[in-house]
Amino acid sequence: MTGMLAMDISSLTDTVVPALATNFFPTPMLAALPLAAVNWHSVLFLLFAGLACGFAVGVVAADNVVRMALYLVFSLGATAGLFFLAGAEFIGAMQLMIYVGGTLVLLVFGVMLTAQAPLVSIKPSSSDRTLAAVAGASLLALLLTAAFSVDAWMAPGTEVVPAPSATPLGMALIGVRVDTPPPGSPAGGRVGYMLPFEIVSVHLLVVLVGAAYLARAKRRKTPRAIDAVASAMPVEPVTAAPVAAAAPGRTAGGAKSALVGGGR
Amino acid sequence: MADFLIGLGLPGWLAWSIAALVSAVLLLNVIAGGALVFIWAERKIAARIQDRLGPTRTGGRFGWLQSLADGIKLLAKEDLMPEGADGLLFRLAPYVSFCASFCAFIALPFAFDVVGQRLNVGVFFVVAVLGLEVFGVILAGYASASKWSLFGAMREAAQVVSYEVPLGMCVVVPVMLAGTMDLVTIGEKQAGWMSNWYLFHDPFTFVIFWVYVTCAVASVNRAPFDLAEAESELVAGFHTEYSGLRWSFFFMAEYGSMFLVSALAAVLFLGGWNGPVPVAQLVGLSEGTGDSAAYFVRLLGLANLITKATLGVLLMMWIRWTLPRLRIDQVMTTCLKYCTPIAAVMFAGAMFWQLLLPGGLLPGWSRPAGEIREGWLEGPGGLPTPLPAAAASSESSGLATRSPR
Repeated sequence: MTGMLAMDISSLTDTVVPALATNFFPTPMLAALPLAAVNWHSVLFLLFAGLACGFAVGVVAADNVVRMALYLVFSLGATAGLFFLAGAEFIGAMQLMIYVGGTLVLLVFGVMLTAQAPLVSIKPSSSDRTLAAVAGASLLALLLTAAFSVDAWMAPGTEVVPAPSATPLGMALIGVRVDTPPPGSPAGGRVGYMLPFEIVSVHLLVVLVGAAYLARAKRRKTPRAIDAVASAMPVEPVTAAPVAAAAPGRTAGGAKSALVGGGR
Repeated sequence: MADFLIGLGLPGWLAWSIAALVSAVLLLNVIAGGALVFIWAERKIAARIQDRLGPTRTGGRFGWLQSLADGIKLLAKEDLMPEGADGLLFRLAPYVSFCASFCAFIALPFAFDVVGQRLNVGVFFVVAVLGLEVFGVILAGYASASKWSLFGAMREAAQVVSYEVPLGMCVVVPVMLAGTMDLVTIGEKQAGWMSNWYLFHDPFTFVIFWVYVTCAVASVNRAPFDLAEAESELVAGFHTEYSGLRWSFFFMAEYGSMFLVSALAAVLFLGGWNGPVPVAQLVGLSEGTGDSAAYFVRLLGLANLITKATLGVLLMMWIRWTLPRLRIDQVMTTCLKYCTPIAAVMFAGAMFWQLLLPGGLLPGWSRPAGEIREGWLEGPGGLPTPLPAAAASSESSGLATRSPR
């Protein structure tokens, strides 16, 4: 039964498809279009790169913190697109997870800190603008010099190569190199990145524990109900907590602020 | 598909574009068509749970045209925008939400190799993109210039960012068992009888599946975790100010995400496109038997996966209409004090189980072992050696033809 079906399909592809091809798709006409000669990889690269740069300019030009965050997300998303285009799927997904997700948290804080007046606009002073322009221009000059000092850039290839697997990366992080090591590296290049990985992990764990310690709810003895009610009422609005952290002297009475509680 | 079109005589760029377009439109239809069906199902299920009838008239019996009527109503609604709103962000927010939900479908396999783009890091990609859906919600809440919307958006942000932690931990367990983040390989490793599903791999995976269900419901903002749109407190939460088509985009995104997390649960824990009984393999059909057999097997797999995902969505509806909404502190307690520690312990348990009892409890009931990883094998001297490209590519077809236990 299935064999017959397979035969039918193969005979179909043998006879009908070429006939269709010659009748319905006038190949020479389509091939004559200039589109066939375009290197689509380059086109997509330019598209994503242009998006990333354009939205990066948008971040600078916008005067509303949420719009800035939005443009930043688009710019970082276009960068993730560049990674996917280059076949670096793991880095691309990482870019989405860490940078775009991190911007999300940034956005939340931006909204929380500016939400007193809806849709406030941020107007930097002219001295700030000058300073930022100088810093940005010098960084740009540095990067451009570095970029143009490279002897030979690799030309964009046209062949399709399978995307590399993320497995060697993961294995290298736990100390086993499965990729081909560079010649002349110590221990035959079989040394992975176990130690840096562990150091970073422990570091992050310390940061997590520290953050939990700083943000913990303060336990205090409240023998009288009136005290419990009083302590339940926030001394300051919640959104003002970071401001309080900036000027700890003002908040000696406002022990409700978690940052002050941890700072003692 | 693109190869087929090139075989028809089309130039490469056109063939690739058409193939990409067809995949995209098919995926779009999964969301849009799915939303139509699920909204009707939600109405009926809600009604039955509350001892009502639900829609009965539109489209004859069972009111099966109700969603279409809803759609026409939404199209005809006036498109409102609050006066103080940030116009650009307000208009953009529904599309951001919808795009995030849609993009995650790109890496989701519907059957063996029936996947928009087979990514080596499929699980990671889906989880990363799914987390971006909240972005549209925050934009909507902020741009509406309404305190209800802003409250809803902030609640949603806090909730989704928190629940990503246990969700990620749950997702890591099947990845660890399969030894790959490729969703197609993970699904294919659970081929065979129902006992090969990762749900029944060991007690720890069984528990962590239910943690995953909890986190998945929370991460797509369904009741009892729908604080972002708590009607009794926040009018309608982040979409208070939305109407008409824009509002419906939020709902399509929500139903799309529901389907997505259910399908992800099916692939990760419930055998993916492999049915409880390997019918196709029992009658001697497999990917390797021939072209038409492969098509038949994939069609069967597609039906399997969609059934499982739909059951998952129905489970979410059942939960929604059964449990009352949690308070925000209860939501956070569930996440940080229950889901995260349980997931962590189960993760360690599954790891030790895999180390100590890799063959399972029963002798002679061995599972597809995790020794075959993608791209490399154990070489001489215990050192893994990279596979040549040809061997790596033939491995995927070798997986497909493995006989059931």
